[in-house]
Amino acid sequence: MKSLHLIFIEILQVIIVIAVAPAFAGWVDMLKCWTQGRTSAGVLQPYRNIAKLFVKDVVLAGNASWIFRFTPYLVFGSAVVVGSVVPIISMNLFLAPSADIIVGIAIFASARFFMALAGMDIGTAFGGMGASREMMVASLTEPAILMAIFTVSLAGRSTSLLHIARSFTSGALVLRPSIVFAAIAFLLVVIAETGRIPVDNPSTHLELTMIHEAMILEYSGRHLALIEWGSMIRFFLFVTLGIACFLPWGIAVKDNVGDIAISVFFMVIKLCVVGGVLVIIETGLAKMRLFRLTEFLWAAFLMATLGVIAFFILE
Amino acid sequence: MISPIELSTFSVVAFIIPILFVIVIGDNRRLLIRMSFSVSALASLVSVAAGILAVAGGGIEQVVLPIGLPTLPFHLRLDELSGFFIFVVGLLSFFVSIYSVGYVGGLGAGKPVKRLIVFYNIFIAAMFMVCLADDALFFLVAWEVMAAASYFLVMFEDGRSENRRAAYIYMVMAHIGAVLILLSFGVMAGFTTGFEGYTFDAMREARFPLKWATVAFLLSFFGFAAKAGVIPFHVWLPEAHPVAPSNVSALMSGVMLKTAIYGIIRITFDIIKVFPWWWGTMVLVLGLISAVMGVLYALMQHDLKKLLAYHSVENIGIILIGIGLSMIFTSFHLPTMAALALIAGLYHTMNHAMFKGLLFMGAGAVLHATHERNMDEMGGLIHHMPWTSAFFLVGCISISALPPFNGFVSEWLTFQAFLLSPSMPIPLMKLLIPLGAALLALTGALAAACFVKVFGVIFLGNWRGHDNHAVTEAGWSMRAGMSLTSLACLCLGILPAVVIGWMDVISERLLKAKLVTTSGVYGWMWLTPVDPERASYSGPLVLIGIVAVCAVTYLLLHVKPGSISKVPVWDCGFKKLTAKMQYNAVSFSMPFRRIFGFLFDIKEQIRLAPQRGHLAFPVNSHYYLRVRDRFWGWLYRPVIDIVVLLSRKTGMLQHGRIHVYLIYSFVTIIVLLALL
Repeated sequence: MKSLHLIFIEILQVIIVIAVAPAFAGWVDMLKCWTQGRTSAGVLQPYRNIAKLFVKDVVLAGNASWIFRFTPYLVFGSAVVVGSVVPIISMNLFLAPSADIIVGIAIFASARFFMALAGMDIGTAFGGMGASREMMVASLTEPAILMAIFTVSLAGRSTSLLHIARSFTSGALVLRPSIVFAAIAFLLVVIAETGRIPVDNPSTHLELTMIHEAMILEYSGRHLALIEWGSMIRFFLFVTLGIACFLPWGIAVKDNVGDIAISVFFMVIKLCVVGGVLVIIETGLAKMRLFRLTEFLWAAFLMATLGVIAFFILE
Repeated sequence: MISPIELSTFSVVAFIIPILFVIVIGDNRRLLIRMSFSVSALASLVSVAAGILAVAGGGIEQVVLPIGLPTLPFHLRLDELSGFFIFVVGLLSFFVSIYSVGYVGGLGAGKPVKRLIVFYNIFIAAMFMVCLADDALFFLVAWEVMAAASYFLVMFEDGRSENRRAAYIYMVMAHIGAVLILLSFGVMAGFTTGFEGYTFDAMREARFPLKWATVAFLLSFFGFAAKAGVIPFHVWLPEAHPVAPSNVSALMSGVMLKTAIYGIIRITFDIIKVFPWWWGTMVLVLGLISAVMGVLYALMQHDLKKLLAYHSVENIGIILIGIGLSMIFTSFHLPTMAALALIAGLYHTMNHAMFKGLLFMGAGAVLHATHERNMDEMGGLIHHMPWTSAFFLVGCISISALPPFNGFVSEWLTFQAFLLSPSMPIPLMKLLIPLGAALLALTGALAAACFVKVFGVIFLGNWRGHDNHAVTEAGWSMRAGMSLTSLACLCLGILPAVVIGWMDVISERLLKAKLVTTSGVYGWMWLTPVDPERASYSGPLVLIGIVAVCAVTYLLLHVKPGSISKVPVWDCGFKKLTAKMQYNAVSFSMPFRRIFGFLFDIKEQIRLAPQRGHLAFPVNSHYYLRVRDRFWGWLYRPVIDIVVLLSRKTGMLQHGRIHVYLIYSFVTIIVLLALL
């Protein structure tokens, strides 16, 4: 009986991840519209976009290989798998031990690896450009994100997400300098990883400054829908990952219905707030030139490294 | 029941058979290649069995051979550590020998195939002997045989001057290393007692004063580092690997470099057994430098085999990070942590052998098909070589440390070793440990970028070369060799708990500590070093999860038959899309050159030929790029200059006049008589 219970929570969480991610993206877009004085299309617009793309036919370049057609499924699949291990509604996920936080980041890296390959598959200049830039950004964000994670896992004495979240909620609330550094670094990295201003602009199309959009320029129909949906899940998961590492209070420790309901309630509030913070950053800044990005990413990396060093020296 | 050491000695002897084939059936080239490489494969397989048994059985077996110098017989020993390395060498030799049937068979008619077969077998046998040797004499004999055989293999196509130069550089570096190792043995033998002071057993029992232990350690470490290609001794790798035949490059990069790792572990952990903390720190720092610089140099390359050679530098660096951490933890009396780091290093040793062997084999297949080493002349090979491209992709994913393949497991273990380290009592270590973890993360991410470039430029997009001749898929034996290696990469990636459970005895023997790896009924699924509370990874579950979600999504989307219309690539209405407009290796790495360019000696020129005097409308443009290793200018050029200068000064003594030479001998005799 006990294990059935756990399986139910696990399935519930995966469904929530898949279903709610577009709404979160919609919420961020809506706030962005408001802060920029535009009328928004509402929280549900991403669902409409995805539904539209699923209905459309796929137009495929003549020289596309199997990598191009396989990548959308991998992008979506890897996002869902990571979604099953991040503690979002409960700290009792029975799949969580199968992948710790380093594995989670690496699974995302695999998806990106294939997405960059798909960008090079057609042999257009835009695709190659996107792939090259994406890998450049990734090669600087990945060390930063791992360093930010190292800080929390050193503090939590584990790389397992559940244990990190548990150790934070069980201990007393103290402001540790290392965690603050790590949180700032993580925020910068999430902006870079999910391709938001000032690193990349998710709403650009056919601009010479684009990164992520250039890679997926040749996609259409259900392939594009899967990639878009996968990217939304990825965005959602990076934010919930940050919440699990830095603001885990409220996530259900016991797995009864009441606790989970409370945990969902807290999660919605936290997501709304974090979305707001991201929008303020995005509206307040202009997109950076590509080679100014290195400064931004080195800053994130240095912050994270400072966090780890602060941990080793001060704690 | 035949014992593992007899089995492995037997396999070493069996490598003579292919050499006999060369003498007996040397004229029938086709038959010779098939027969000799089949026997090499079988002999390697025997060694694999011996290695597995030696590690699984535990215990030490020793044999004194009746051959050797008078009163100085050769000693052999097979313990867990040598068993592990024999397993790794044997496994890759097995795969590469299968591959070689097709690869060598496809070489041009004028190529010296007989010479290749002879030295190929001597080379593999010598690697086994290095692992088996239990005295300084036999070790050095085997070591030199290995170096000489590989020298002749690098010299395979000796018609070109650049190949002779590469082989010469390799020989010089190999000998600098060998001299250092010899001196180190000399130092250690000085403290042994008894008549057989040259055996490792005597050295194990000797007690070295710290000063002399340090001298011995430094000499042997730098000696082995010259062979392993640790920066700054890496210069021979990018010269020698590209010119050797690809099956030999696979072995040299995959396993020959590992014999140096074996030497480092054997001498440090088994013979000297003293660990001042700065030894490990030095190894760790050199490992970190090699890892980061190796991958950055690789990113700048557009010659496929040179690029892979630089990646060997990177991976040797990652292995040394594990070994260095293990030494540091040992010196601070943290045996469990030391065991974790050592196992991480050894696991990466095995992984690197597999995926680098696979990548070099794939590079050989590509070379065979296109007759081209420059990636910027290739493209779109996935349509012509579907199998090779799939195997090569496995290698790319593995080396980029992405789950669920094997490179990720060892990198994950190394991260765990960094993360689980408690606070060190020395301030320098407090900074170095986190910085090391960051550099390792940087290395992994840069390797992924590099292999997106490699795979994307070679196999994806459109063909960039001039002549569009027919490119065909590799033959069955090459595909068989590559598919088995790919399978090994996958198995090592998803079943690390089983493999680590098998090789745990090595750390138990050397460090008296084991890793807790298995728990519960489904123990084989979970990799839990140290403690499941702290970290766990299940390769099978991650793989199954991703495959299941992809399959379900695919099925759901194909309930209704959706239509796919294949159209030409959208060219923005420009109608003049050419293959030259694609991103290539040079343009892909441009952002990296911009960021990390200060580490290299880069010369970049763009020359535009103006049309009717207007630069804005050039008729054509010429782009020139040269990226050089700064170490040549910093380190090697001055040394070479000094050596040349000294030889020139010494050369002044020679002028070919006999009466002057007679005066030399006369003066020498007078001086000696006066002195003695």
